[in-house]
Amino acid sequence: MSKAPKPDPRDAIKDDSMLKQKAMMAGHYENLSNAKRDGRKVASTFVPGNLNELVMCFDMLNNLPEVNAIQNGLRKTSGGYVQEAEKLGHSEDVCTYVKSDIGMMAKGNIGPHGKPLPDPDLLLLSYTGCFTFMKWFELLREQYKCETIMLHTPYEGDGKITQNMRDYMIKQIKEEVIPTLERVSGVKFDIDRLREYLRESAKAEEDLVWVLKSAKKKPSPIDAYFGGIYYIGPIFGAFRGTPEATAYYGSLRAEVQSRMEKGMGPVTPEGDMGKEKYRLVVEGPPNYTSFRDFWKMFYDEGAVVVASSYTKVGGVYDYGFRHDPDNPLESLADYCLGVYTNRNLPQRVDMLADYVEEYEADGLLVNSIKSCNSFSAGQLLMMQEVERRTGKPAAFVESDLVDPRYFSAANIKNRLESYFQMIEQKRTSGGGAPAMVIGGAA
Amino acid sequence: MKSFVGIDLGSTTTKAVLMDENMEILGRGITNSRSNYETATRVAKQEAIVDARLALCRRSLSDVPALAGRVDAFLDDLERSFRLEQFLEQLVDLEETCRNQVVGDRFRGKEVSVGQALDQVFVLLRAEASKLFAPGAKRKSDFFRDIAGSRYLNIAEAVAKDAGIAYDLLLNVYDKSIIEVENRPPAGDLDSKFMAALNAILSESPELQAAGDEVRAPIEKALKIELEEEYLVGTGYGRVTLPFSKEHIRSEILCHGLGAHMMFPGTRTVLDIGGQDTKGIQVDPSGIVEKFQMNDRCAAGCGRYLGYIADEMNMGLHELGPMAMKSTRSVRINSTCTVFAGAELRDRLALGEKREDILAGLHRAIILRAMSIVSRSGGITDQFTFTGGVAKNEAAVRELKKLVQENYGDITINIDPESIYTGALGAAAFAYRAAQGLPEGAAA
Repeated sequence: MSKAPKPDPRDAIKDDSMLKQKAMMAGHYENLSNAKRDGRKVASTFVPGNLNELVMCFDMLNNLPEVNAIQNGLRKTSGGYVQEAEKLGHSEDVCTYVKSDIGMMAKGNIGPHGKPLPDPDLLLLSYTGCFTFMKWFELLREQYKCETIMLHTPYEGDGKITQNMRDYMIKQIKEEVIPTLERVSGVKFDIDRLREYLRESAKAEEDLVWVLKSAKKKPSPIDAYFGGIYYIGPIFGAFRGTPEATAYYGSLRAEVQSRMEKGMGPVTPEGDMGKEKYRLVVEGPPNYTSFRDFWKMFYDEGAVVVASSYTKVGGVYDYGFRHDPDNPLESLADYCLGVYTNRNLPQRVDMLADYVEEYEADGLLVNSIKSCNSFSAGQLLMMQEVERRTGKPAAFVESDLVDPRYFSAANIKNRLESYFQMIEQKRTSGGGAPAMVIGGAA
Repeated sequence: MKSFVGIDLGSTTTKAVLMDENMEILGRGITNSRSNYETATRVAKQEAIVDARLALCRRSLSDVPALAGRVDAFLDDLERSFRLEQFLEQLVDLEETCRNQVVGDRFRGKEVSVGQALDQVFVLLRAEASKLFAPGAKRKSDFFRDIAGSRYLNIAEAVAKDAGIAYDLLLNVYDKSIIEVENRPPAGDLDSKFMAALNAILSESPELQAAGDEVRAPIEKALKIELEEEYLVGTGYGRVTLPFSKEHIRSEILCHGLGAHMMFPGTRTVLDIGGQDTKGIQVDPSGIVEKFQMNDRCAAGCGRYLGYIADEMNMGLHELGPMAMKSTRSVRINSTCTVFAGAELRDRLALGEKREDILAGLHRAIILRAMSIVSRSGGITDQFTFTGGVAKNEAAVRELKKLVQENYGDITINIDPESIYTGALGAAAFAYRAAQGLPEGAAA
């Protein structure tokens, strides 16, 4: 019996911004693979609290291990890497970004683009709330024996940034980060160059926020989680502060604006989404190994994500923060201090509850990540608090970042469908069902 | 008569509820899901129709003088007699199917002796069948596979020994046949089986025979009522595998919430322990689901766990609770992992723990896990309704009552004897609403 061929995900319909984004990412991976040939130094660093503008001031390239893990997840190669790392002795419960990275190195450090990735010249550890980051870079330092900068971002335990915290950050940037970058790169620091990049960042941030906020419209022209992940790619990755990013966000904005004017919903891998039936806020990262299957469970049911916390891990811009060329180091400090992973539980609750209300969502969905304690701890409490404040129902599903073994499709679909139907039922409830007459039976 | 059908396709059993135009339950049916939901649906529905026929007979016999004061007993007889007819019919199917398996190298030269042995096995099975359905007879299960299977294996072993042929030849033909037979719902029409059953009862009772048409006519009338299926709604894990369109599917959360509300209108919190899911559901005073939580990917401590334990202990699922009730001291069990259930059990037995104490510990462990899910869903608000197959297990109920008292104080705990049908009941109510064009959350 012949089966219909499975549609190739590469044939999926993409809009211009998505193609542009793909080309930018591909270009960056090429640059990384050619770094040694081109005589460029490479800094490995993390997405939350990354100092991309500063790194660029020293002509260095950034290499983001999390993004590599994500790309390997999307390409379905992370599973093998995770198992490779487990073979080397890393436990099943360890962050799967870490294990994907370790496994990839163990297997020759071939990047998601199929070419070797360079050894880093510097490990720039921006510690922003995730303890695993420190352990991860300890492992990398052992491997590469290169210089390591530990930029310690104080946790917003009290829910605010104090002047002390800011001063502490600036002191580290001035006394530790910049001198080390100068030494490794051999390039002298030029603050005006930094200001220039920060000016670009602010422009891109402005457009990104506009795009994310477009989801307030009904129907929402974007999916702020599944689609949002594509949108944040350039600015959370290697492009913040570049004119390319500014151009990308400008054209993305125009594209979304045009969809909005036409009253269109989001683009999905299978084309324009049908009628918007449910508006959701999502907390937590997605699963990347079954990203499209996961997304499909939403758009098939007419569910659109109108806001998400995950699209804030590389920077929270929708409350007004912008990189500021007039106060370059201060704004880098504030940026690091403000990223989502560095916020305490009440701040996260505030943000999610605000989103439910401002974006007129039907409720909150938590995708809890098995191997990410940093994100997952406290999520049930957060969920209950958001429910209490907004009066909107929440739901909870579990999966993992890039470990395919922890995506149980039937299980997740079952819970999502139950959730959507519950929303529908609550919406149409105008009274109750009568009590059953049990005596009617034999 | 219009009817509305709810089907709950669980991982272990499939349940059906048939509802009439007044939203009264006409009949309930249950069968094992046998990894074939299509058949399971047909069988469960047919079982519900049998039950509905009996309900209609009850209605039409209520004012028959000859049965005054003993309609219940009469209907019990009628049902048992009907079940026997159905069992015999399936036995014929099983026999034929078994005979067709006696081919190939394995049986070369032994066709005659195996055929004769089968003759004898089925003669004996038929001979004892009426005993299986005698008043008060206890059956481990009501599913054909279980009843016929355990008897066949017993009888075949003895027959094989006497005939001097290898037992596994008889085992082999049975194994190859039973799934096929099971996936073929009883073929004969229900009415003629009911009439045969009625005739059998009448022939045994001169008194009823004398009443003649006085009894026969109302039954014939009840059997003639046409049950038009107006709308069907499916729920449960197997729902997506069925050719149901979206309008005919509801999540088990909504169905259990509504079903529990219909059984006990004061319900605000529902705990359902099914085969592979444990659900904590909060409903509003109208049965609308407000919140829910289910177990995560891991289905440790769900109903299936008890199934494995029963297999490990070589006991019937229904025997676990009573044995655990005999315990005087519960053994502490931490893991409710189904995969490790057997190892955990053997480990405890090796340590010299008593079976009843281990079982008491196992029941406590699954209820502890369920309580954690309920608390995640928002805790327990009066009244609390416990549903699903595990609600039939007295040891589980005992542990639940203890833990509810300890954690939430005095709470009314509802358990309907038919609680296994909660999901199907909710589904039938959704079928009714859909047929009336009422919204999901509407007052019906």
